[in-house]
Amino acid sequence: MANGITHHVITVLVEDKPGVLARISSMFARRGFNIHSLAVGPTADPYLSRMTVVVDGPEMEQIIKQLYKLVNTVKVTEHPPGEAVEREIMLARINADAKRRSEILDAARIFDATAVDVGKSTITFELSGDPTRLSDFLELMRPYGIVDLVKSGRIALARDPKIRNGNRPELRSA
Amino acid sequence: MSETLTGAQALIRALEHEGVDVVFGMPGGAILPAYDPLLDSPIRHILVRHKQGAGHMASGYAHATGRVGVCIATSGPGATNLITPLQDAYMDSIPVVAITGQVARSSIGNDAFQEAHTWGISMPVTKHNYLITDVDQIPDVIREAFHLAATGRPGPVLVDIPKDVLNETLQWHRPGELNLPGYRPSVKGHPKQVKAAVKLINQSTRPVLYAGGGIIRANASDELRRFAEVANLPTVTTLMARGAIPDSHPLALGMPGMHGNYTAITAMQQSDLLIAIGARFDDRVTGDVDSFAPYAKVIHVDVDPAEIGKVRNADIPIVGDARAVLAQLTTAMEHLLDGNPVPARTEWLKTLSKWQREHPLHYEQDPDGPIQQQYVIEELHRLTKGDAIIVAGVGQHQMWASQHWGFERPRTWINSGGLGTMGYAVPAAIGAKTGMPDQTVFAIDGDGCFQMTMQELITASIEHIPVKIAVMNNTWLGMVKQWQKLFYDERYSATSLTDHTPDFVGLAEAMGCVGLRADRPEEVGPTLEKALAINDKPVVIEFRCDPDAMVFPMVPAGKSNDNVVLGPEDL
Repeated sequence: MANGITHHVITVLVEDKPGVLARISSMFARRGFNIHSLAVGPTADPYLSRMTVVVDGPEMEQIIKQLYKLVNTVKVTEHPPGEAVEREIMLARINADAKRRSEILDAARIFDATAVDVGKSTITFELSGDPTRLSDFLELMRPYGIVDLVKSGRIALARDPKIRNGNRPELRSA
Repeated sequence: MSETLTGAQALIRALEHEGVDVVFGMPGGAILPAYDPLLDSPIRHILVRHKQGAGHMASGYAHATGRVGVCIATSGPGATNLITPLQDAYMDSIPVVAITGQVARSSIGNDAFQEAHTWGISMPVTKHNYLITDVDQIPDVIREAFHLAATGRPGPVLVDIPKDVLNETLQWHRPGELNLPGYRPSVKGHPKQVKAAVKLINQSTRPVLYAGGGIIRANASDELRRFAEVANLPTVTTLMARGAIPDSHPLALGMPGMHGNYTAITAMQQSDLLIAIGARFDDRVTGDVDSFAPYAKVIHVDVDPAEIGKVRNADIPIVGDARAVLAQLTTAMEHLLDGNPVPARTEWLKTLSKWQREHPLHYEQDPDGPIQQQYVIEELHRLTKGDAIIVAGVGQHQMWASQHWGFERPRTWINSGGLGTMGYAVPAAIGAKTGMPDQTVFAIDGDGCFQMTMQELITASIEHIPVKIAVMNNTWLGMVKQWQKLFYDERYSATSLTDHTPDFVGLAEAMGCVGLRADRPEEVGPTLEKALAINDKPVVIEFRCDPDAMVFPMVPAGKSNDNVVLGPEDL
């Protein structure tokens, strides 16, 4: 996996109610589980939100059980490596003086990174894709100098269309 | 048809609909609107002297009756004073609903007078909690709160209601269908697992049935006993499960763990199969986890899937309600035996009996020496014929009470097991007596514990709740002192209460109770008789106890359960 660290990707479908994010993060803190990244957003169902959590560590079974224990948690899915589409988006500002600019743009083209901002001595790229692609791009840019970097949390969707939405049958068509 | 009610009226009506007969609480600014309709309600309100008392009373009530206990407090300090009882109830899976007032919605987040972030503070100490933001939510939220508190693995639920919400009006409606898509506790165990479990049980030669507090919560005592008999299983009862099977039952081994008896501890250590039901492999039971029950396979039955595999891997996990699963296990066992006799396990049972004979719980009451707490407990048992609800604080007296009181029925032993909350006994006893007024409720408390919550004796006097409190006064924080003696080179830092011990008899009388005292062993019986004869007032009896006594057996914290220290001679 990215950076050689073992991460596990889990998707948590939760009721879209005030404070649900606080409940999840409080549980992680209380139980001593470590969150690598967390992305939250709406789903096709207005009553549900989806959280994609990337977690470190070997205690996956406990983490999933503790997530289920929260009353607002409807469904937890662990995505084994390769069985989900995983995406991240990144904005990376790279040192690029006039001499290096075209060289950097060439390299970026290979990755389909889009230059979204150009300054006197920097270029900012937008790149989305699976996490490995993002880290590969960063490795390529590292020699030029990464001035600033922001990454979204990872989002994931299981490749298998059989993913079910808990006990809400009306959602299966959604 | 529909009726216009204020939020406050709707709250009280919703509580009435839940069958609430008593609430323990104290009013204050933000919760004031709710106290007005309470005057017109059949619900009894017990005015406490400290909100912590209200929480523990609700817990004692729930422990004793099996119904949801309810406490009420105002915003800010009212709510924060409930945190200890809520965590206590959470650790011991006690169904409690706490209602707290909150500042008006427009003031939330402005550091208003008596504002606290109750929802945030109470989140990790409750099974679930609510902040009501719309008056129309009240009926449904109260329904959900009681449902969550009482079902699955029971626990505390807090409902925080801003003052202006209580003052708004709504069209009263009965709560609709529960809308809890993420909450579906299992009841029945998976039949395949149940079948595998009974098969494994019959292959085992040294099985131990490890009964936890979940048996009590699930009202599964009859089923436990029947299963133990059908499957011929020696049974240990944890601190939270005392009374789940009668101590007098031939298969009962008593309490395991740090201060358990030798046989219960060693049976688990030597076992080849632990059948854990409603138990959670607490560190006070397992000692050092890596060396705990090293030869045992594990069948783990729990209504909370997260408990299974949390501490000890389960060979056969079964998620389900203890009562339902025990009934399934019994049926499956009968089916498997198909009329044949259950394995006799003669060797194992003989070994256990031998240990029981060789290493019984023991203490000596020197007729000329100071009172031993075990003696008080046994005298009380003799005089009541064991027919009483015993409530304990936390410490040495708690361990001795659990060890030496022969428990014959469930819900006759109420204590703070998981959190170990000193000061639990007095308010919990008041709560228990409120719920079970026809039973003798006897708190066995320490002098340290008693001084934490004794002001609730005023509550007991004024509300005519005739509890009895035995204060085992050894003038020390006894359990802490014991650890200092054993592990800190007898350096007694801040554990002596000697110079500060109040006049307990005088205190009791000042608070409208009868105060009695026994200084010498021969006074124990007659003083208890006197106390038991008083039924119109709370009674406090101070027993002047041996300040140097220590609780044995003992497995030092973090050590293997193979190292049971049976008495001072083993040190």
